[in-house]
Parts: sequence; C-alpha cells; structure tokens
Amino acid sequence: MGINAERAGGTLIARADGRIDSSNSREFHSDLEAVITDSDTSVVLDFEDVAYISSAGMRVILLAAKSLQQSGTDFVLCSMNDSIREVFKISGFDKIIPIHSSQAEALSAVGA
Amino acid sequence: MTDTESRQKHKILVVDDEPDLEPLMLQRMRRYIRTGVYEFVFARNGVEALEALDMDESIDMVLSDINMPKMDGLTLLERIPDVAPDIRAVIISAYGDMKNIRIAMNRGAFDFVTKPVDFDDLKFTIDRTLQHIREWKDALSARDKLVVLQNELNVASMMQQSILPNKFARNNDYKLFGTMQPARNVGGDFFDVMGLSDGKVGLAIADVSGKGVPAALFMMSSRTLLKGAAMRADGPGEALSEVNDVLNEDNDACMFVTMIYAVYDPATGNLTYADGGHDPPLVVHADGTTTQLPVTEGLALGVLPGFDYNQYSHQLAPGDTVVLYTDGVTEAINSEEEQLGLHRLREAFEQNPPRDAEDAGHRVIDLVNDFAGDVPQFDDTTCLVLRREN
Repeated sequence: MGINAERAGGTLIARADGRIDSSNSREFHSDLEAVITDSDTSVVLDFEDVAYISSAGMRVILLAAKSLQQSGTDFVLCSMNDSIREVFKISGFDKIIPIHSSQAEALSAVGA
Repeated sequence: MTDTESRQKHKILVVDDEPDLEPLMLQRMRRYIRTGVYEFVFARNGVEALEALDMDESIDMVLSDINMPKMDGLTLLERIPDVAPDIRAVIISAYGDMKNIRIAMNRGAFDFVTKPVDFDDLKFTIDRTLQHIREWKDALSARDKLVVLQNELNVASMMQQSILPNKFARNNDYKLFGTMQPARNVGGDFFDVMGLSDGKVGLAIADVSGKGVPAALFMMSSRTLLKGAAMRADGPGEALSEVNDVLNEDNDACMFVTMIYAVYDPATGNLTYADGGHDPPLVVHADGTTTQLPVTEGLALGVLPGFDYNQYSHQLAPGDTVVLYTDGVTEAINSEEEQLGLHRLREAFEQNPPRDAEDAGHRVIDLVNDFAGDVPQFDDTTCLVLRREN
C-alpha cells in the first residue's frame, strides 16, 4: 500500500495502490492526510492500482470524505476494479461519495 | 549519545578483591561519574556481589574479576541469573587467559576485558553492554505490552462469541442455524435472533468496520441498539433507520456497520428485510436453484444520519433456505490470492440443496475453509440460515 500524489492546478490527484486492509489502514489514513493540503480545491483518489479494500480502508475513505466535505473540498473516487466498485455499491458508499470510471471523467467532474 | 543515555544514570557493580581497582576506576571514570553517566558500587568477592544485587535492583551491570576469595567470578556468573536475570556481566581476565575467558563466555558473560585494564576500551565495552541491556529491557517491555494487548483481544473475542445465540428454537414451521468463525484478530461480525410479537422472528447479521477492540465495542452497541429497535419498530426499515440515527450521534471515529435485518412470519412464510449496506441474502430453493434477493439500496449504518432505510418483502416457498452471510465468506482468499466470490457460494448449493438449516450453515463454513486452506483469513466468517420447512 502506498500513495503517490500529483497536482494539476488546485486539484490533487492521489493514487493509492495494493491492498488496503486493517493491517495498513492507519498508514493509509496518515499518508492520505499528508498529501492533502488546505489549498486543494478538489481531491481525486484514483483506485486504478488498488487490488482490494477492506472495511477498515473504507472507514478511512469515509473519514477523508467527511473532513473534506467540512472544508468545502470536492472529493471524488475513480478507476475502481469491479470487485471494489461492488463493495462501494453494496455498502451504499457510492450514494455519498461520487465515483467515476476514469481519471479523466473524475477530473472533468471536479471542473479541473 | 542518545537521550536515554544522557538522562539516565547507569549503576555498575565492580567486583574485585584487589583494593587498587576502586580508586583507579573512580579516578579514570571521574568525568562520567561527575556528569551522572555512571555510578559505581564495589564488592570484594562473588558473595558480596550477589548480596549487593539482591539488595539493589537499580544495578544495571556487573564488571567482575575472575580470581577472588569466597566466590570467584566464574561461579558468580552462574549465580547471577538467579538473583538478577536481566543483568549482564563483563569479565576482567588476565591477558591471554583464553581458558577462563572461554568458560566465562560459555557461562553467559556478555564480554570481557583484559588486564592491565585499558580504560578507553573499558568505557567502550561498558557502553556497549549498557546499550544491549537497554535494548533487552525495551524488548521485554514491548513483549509485556503485547501480552496485555493480546489478553484484551482475547477478552473481546470471547465477548463476541458469548453474545451469539447458540441454541436455536426448533419447530415444525422453520429452522434456524447461525455460526461465526472468528478471524485471527478479533473482528466485528455478529448475528442475532429475536422473538417478536405474533410469533414473528427477527434475524440480523452484521459486520462492523475494522478489527480489534474498537470493532468489538461498536459491535456491542450496534447489537444492543438493534435489539431495542427491533421490539419497537414497525418493520426492518424503520428499525435500521432508528439504529442508524443513534449510531451517528458522537461517531467522530467514523465507525460503521453493515447489516441485514429481516422479520420472518412463520404463519405466512413472508420475509421482510432491509439492508444497511450489507451483501443481500441468498435464497436456495428446494430444487437446488439459487436466487439473490434484491438489495433495498441501503447504506452502512453510522455513516449518514437521517438516512431512510427501505424494506422489501419476499415470499418463501416451503423448502426455501435463506442464507445470510458476511463478506468474510465471499472475500475469503486462497493461496492464489483469488477471492471466493458469490459464484462459488452459489455453486456450493446449486443442484445440491441443503438437508436443513444446519447443513447449509456448515456448508458455508466448510466452503470457506476448503477454499482458504492454510491461508490465514483476516475477517470473521459468519452466516445465519433460515429454512422454511415443508
């Protein structure tokens, strides 16, 4: 599990990879918090290279979504594999966090 | 010099029958004594040394000569572990006395210096020994903390098992069976069966986010809230809405629980259910076909206050078996890192309907265990089965 971040204007594009589960969700949380800064107007979290996310990882996504929502920052997810997309659908998380099929689509959704 | 080194004074017991060593040591090490790095105490032989170790627990290490009256240094080495097991000893031997040095090392001496003592080398040897002792003590304390933590997790795990129903009402209309196989680290699955008014029965299965004690605590409160809501609410959707609203109060940690709550009416065979972001129930029909019940488009509980949970009704035919399960089943991993998946769960029942509720439950657990083999599973494996009898 790791996070790479790049910026395009006020948009942060963070790419996570590997398996996100209870063994590394704490690290995932601190890594994600570390790459997000106050000046970001929107955050795209790219799941292209994420193989699996457990409920402990979903909790981190939820924490990020709630804190970004409070600061008025757009937060969208993109490029999930089918099984992760299914997890977000079943849990209902896709009702509260926008999910896009590609990074390009995610970027245009946040107006970047 | 590390922080610990500069803050902490180390007490060194010097054991030698020669009266010259004490003033020499105090003189050559005076800089370190003055700055509070070392403190020296002295004994004249092994017997005195053991007494000193027994009396004074703050001694960190021993620096001992070999040849002494009453008890020599080699015997002292053998006896130190009985009195002070975490003490390390450095031996002062005659130059070239390899025989005694070998005996000393075999008896657990940490290191040795030779006479005439080179005090720079001695300082280096003492520091290396003290560092080893610090690391050893840190490791011991980490181990103790781990044991405490493991005990807490064991208690949480026992709590989790003890709240699960293990006796299931037997009657002619329907049968129930539930089981949970806990993950290595305590997880947060539970299931529950609740008798309701008019002979109806409430069935719940749930999976709390994360692992360990926080998950166990959140599980306990979710279960208690559901028990209360199940009695009051007019249907599963309303029950989940109520539980969700309470869980959302003071939930800064963003814990959540996915849940199915269903009410079965044995009089009619009707199953009304609501999903809170949980895998939908699987129905195995008497002819060995399977159907996944449609999701009610719920959301995991604890995520969004005020969320309105839908409910659906499904008519069970005699011989229908409803399998409620957690994602520990479908997300079980085998040695090829494949997920078990819903399709394998369905295959376990296709063309081969279960004999009864218990058979269905065991079949789910066996499926997971056969699939996973030796691969440790990180999630609880839980299922709750309802079968409408003929």
